[in-house]
Amino acid sequence: MIDLILASSTEVKSAAIHIDWLSLITTVASVVSIFAGLFFVLAGTLGVLRLPDFYTRLHAAGMTDTLGAELILLGLILQSGFSQMSLKLLIVGFFLFITSPTATHAVAHAAYKAGLKPKLGKYKAPEIDGDVK
Amino acid sequence: MRFGVILALILAATWLSLSGYFIPMILSLGVISVLFVLWMCKRMNILDRETVPYLSLPQSIVYFSWLFSEIVKANVQVVKAVLSPDLEVSPTLTKIPYASDEDVARTMFANSITLTPGTVAVDMEDNHILVHALLKEMSKPADFKEMGEQSAWAIGEAVKAR
Repeated sequence: MIDLILASSTEVKSAAIHIDWLSLITTVASVVSIFAGLFFVLAGTLGVLRLPDFYTRLHAAGMTDTLGAELILLGLILQSGFSQMSLKLLIVGFFLFITSPTATHAVAHAAYKAGLKPKLGKYKAPEIDGDVK
Repeated sequence: MRFGVILALILAATWLSLSGYFIPMILSLGVISVLFVLWMCKRMNILDRETVPYLSLPQSIVYFSWLFSEIVKANVQVVKAVLSPDLEVSPTLTKIPYASDEDVARTMFANSITLTPGTVAVDMEDNHILVHALLKEMSKPADFKEMGEQSAWAIGEAVKAR
């Protein structure tokens, strides 16, 4: 990103305005994708902190490593272009797709077998204004 | 035999894409690794269509792109629920029947449920999956039916048609 800005500023001095549209578009797309991924990771973290019990927190944690991680990986793939690095990142994404639900299931299954009862029914965040019951 | 050859090709492609060095020593180490893995698979007697599911590759690609759109939709729902100020969630436990008798298709179905945010496969019993859902509207059996049929199509039927 910084390279791109510097490169364009030096080019402006030498010749008429010449913009490398392809790299501009891929850079913008990758930055947008990484920021969207970061948003999902942030929302997942907030979910882990806010939700009431173990099982509901698991959902928020799962959100972090599906769409959050995959969008960040997509952004990195766009950054690295068509190279061996992007192939490796693609493989990382594929393995995340397989391993993250397996790990989530293992944790949930272990908790269920150990006898942890999930909270069912409606849940609302408690009031903040002093009168928490 | 056929499965062994295809597994060897996949392993070699993985080695080459991960290493990126084409000097004789590294390449010979790769050959040794591939042969070792093949020998181990042979010894464990797992060289079958479950280990090397190449027949259903096109269907799997279609299925995974469909699943990805489902994941995006479910993610938006969960983000909305988590970031809303009063955090209204309604956790439920639902029993979802299997859509197929195949072990691979069942595993794929349960994995897809867990991969989709807001639903986690907690336990797999003899004739149903126990699913914990974050929101009540996420545990409609009709939605799971579609996912189950899709996953059975991605794995099971392609194998049966062989």
